[in-house]
Amino acid sequence: MTAHVVNRSVAERTLARQFAEQELCERLPARAAAFARFAAVGLPTRRVEAWHYTDLRASMADAAPILPAPTRADVEAARSRLAGRERLAAGAQLVLLGGRFIAELSDPLPTGVSIAEGIAAHAADDPLAALNEALSPCGYTISIVRGANIAEPITLLHLGDEASSCSVYSRTAIEFDVEAQASFVEIFEGAHAGVQRHRVTILALAEGARAKHVAFVGDEPGLHIETQICELAKGAELTAFGLISGGDLTRRQIFVRMTGEEAKASLGGLALVDGARRADTTLQVVHAAPSGTSREFYRTIVDDDAVGVFQGKIIVEKAAQKTDGAMKSQAILLSPRAQMNEKPELEIFADDVVCGHGATVASLDPEQLFYLQSRGIANSDAKAMLLQAFGGEAIDRIEDRSLIDPLRARLAAWLETRKTKT
Amino acid sequence: MTAISMGRTRPEKRRMLEIKNLSVSIEDKLILDNLSLSVNAGEVAAVMGPNGSGKSTLAYVLAGKPAYKVISGDILLDGESLLELEPNKRALKGLFLAFQYPIEIPGVAAMTFLKAALNAQRRPRGESDLTTPDFMRRVREAAQELKIDQEMLRRPLNVGFSGGEKKRFEVLQMALLTPRVSVLDETDSGLDIDALRVVAEGVNALRSPKRAFVVITHYQRLLDHIKPDVVHVMARGRIVASGGPELALELERNGYRDYAEEAA
Repeated sequence: MTAHVVNRSVAERTLARQFAEQELCERLPARAAAFARFAAVGLPTRRVEAWHYTDLRASMADAAPILPAPTRADVEAARSRLAGRERLAAGAQLVLLGGRFIAELSDPLPTGVSIAEGIAAHAADDPLAALNEALSPCGYTISIVRGANIAEPITLLHLGDEASSCSVYSRTAIEFDVEAQASFVEIFEGAHAGVQRHRVTILALAEGARAKHVAFVGDEPGLHIETQICELAKGAELTAFGLISGGDLTRRQIFVRMTGEEAKASLGGLALVDGARRADTTLQVVHAAPSGTSREFYRTIVDDDAVGVFQGKIIVEKAAQKTDGAMKSQAILLSPRAQMNEKPELEIFADDVVCGHGATVASLDPEQLFYLQSRGIANSDAKAMLLQAFGGEAIDRIEDRSLIDPLRARLAAWLETRKTKT
Repeated sequence: MTAISMGRTRPEKRRMLEIKNLSVSIEDKLILDNLSLSVNAGEVAAVMGPNGSGKSTLAYVLAGKPAYKVISGDILLDGESLLELEPNKRALKGLFLAFQYPIEIPGVAAMTFLKAALNAQRRPRGESDLTTPDFMRRVREAAQELKIDQEMLRRPLNVGFSGGEKKRFEVLQMALLTPRVSVLDETDSGLDIDALRVVAEGVNALRSPKRAFVVITHYQRLLDHIKPDVVHVMARGRIVASGGPELALELERNGYRDYAEEAA
């Protein structure tokens, strides 16, 4: 027998059925192509290099039903939750329920910024990014006009309040026109363990654009898969940061491609992983044009039986002479059972570049702990101080006080819950 | 802050710190060997000894550094054993160690650290946390005495501090925390003569009948500025001789050779 046997998992069969059952109007050719790209690989196992430390096929027993559009009651419930909610950042807030933008719950956008509906296609070489494109019930494109300088950050609030198990797909492209400047904060809130979240954000930066993007995963979904696809034209500058403090299995994958000269990317993150959680951050930064700069600075704190993953790959293409790249990942393990997997990589095809990477895994420094304790500071407080410092240094690289302070406060709150736990 | 003259107050002959037959090892190597030492309230006791005699181990064991194994003996502060106490609990009882090599802690501002330490010691005494203005005033005053630049306090703890700045910052902490027993571990090492004088003045200003100091040093030099009441000579993990200030001068002339042999 020569037939190609594909042994699909339960989840993969469910995903295929979900795609087949989509409304006809949603079945655009691009989405069919995207589903085919997903199906060719399926849910990645450890054999897929970029997923080496996170066996999604094994950990996803089934795909939960796709969340239908919110009802009137859902919108009203969200409205009352928003009423008493403290905002993380100033500026306009856009609210998404189940991946759908809800205009009546959102603030008006500042001049120079607009939002339109439509699924942005992108042939990213990743099965989950393709799956997102195939199954997202809707998508949006936010545009910032040429030369606009938006002072206050715009918040995309993903508000969850799902009653039962469900999959939430959402997809947003943010397009910065030439020399446009803006900051975005994406907050994921309210999801419970039955939620499987699939999120794609595309950041397209035209020449000289400057973008800041901060993501905060503070809720407790069973699965959080977030893909960021970033493209930087000549002289564009991107600062992207992610704080993870919840979720059973969290995967943030960031693909950056610098297509224009003298582009700059500063990527950073802080993952706080405890209990039996797993947090995976995977980066791929491609320097495709000369004189680009990239900085990657990630820190992870792992406690209990949790697992942290950092994979980072910097690819310097032949044309990308004078590239300056530096990647660093540092982790602290707080428990003898905690695990951290780090895989930094460089692939350099140009000959005139400065690139480096470093990865460390350590415990808290006993000398530092002793010094603090010798001044009367209790062991648990001393540990919290050192962890606040360790995590805070990652947060500080956002270089925007109005965002640094609330994120540092989240870190402090997480450390406080740790203290009461032990 | 005014120095209290020792002449005017009658020295209390009360034992404040008492180390009894203390034997300590690290990684199965015996460092302190049945060491006994008492320090009275109001006293400045110098502990001098050659390199490798166990002086720094003594300092660390007093402060409760993990990794050292106490095999036998006891350490009493006001008659109460410290051995089972965590380092922070010892500090709360009034013990302070000025480190020979203060630890750098990136990401923790010196001021944040000072405030945390002060409040950690105030709370168990039932005192409320210091208000920011009150805290700032205290730090400013103490820093001025020790010629510490305000700018230094805005830096991360001990990071980028020169050797002299680190030692002055140790004394600043001591001045703010007002411990009853202060152990100074080679506070003179790495100091030039001006810095040495400033540090010594800082220590002298804290001398009082209610406090005691253990000044650990290799050289007589520091004792020209901090006059000890008693001098103990340490060799091979124990006290091998004790005497008045003249003992330090004798050591300066003859070196440690005699004592090292005596202990052998």
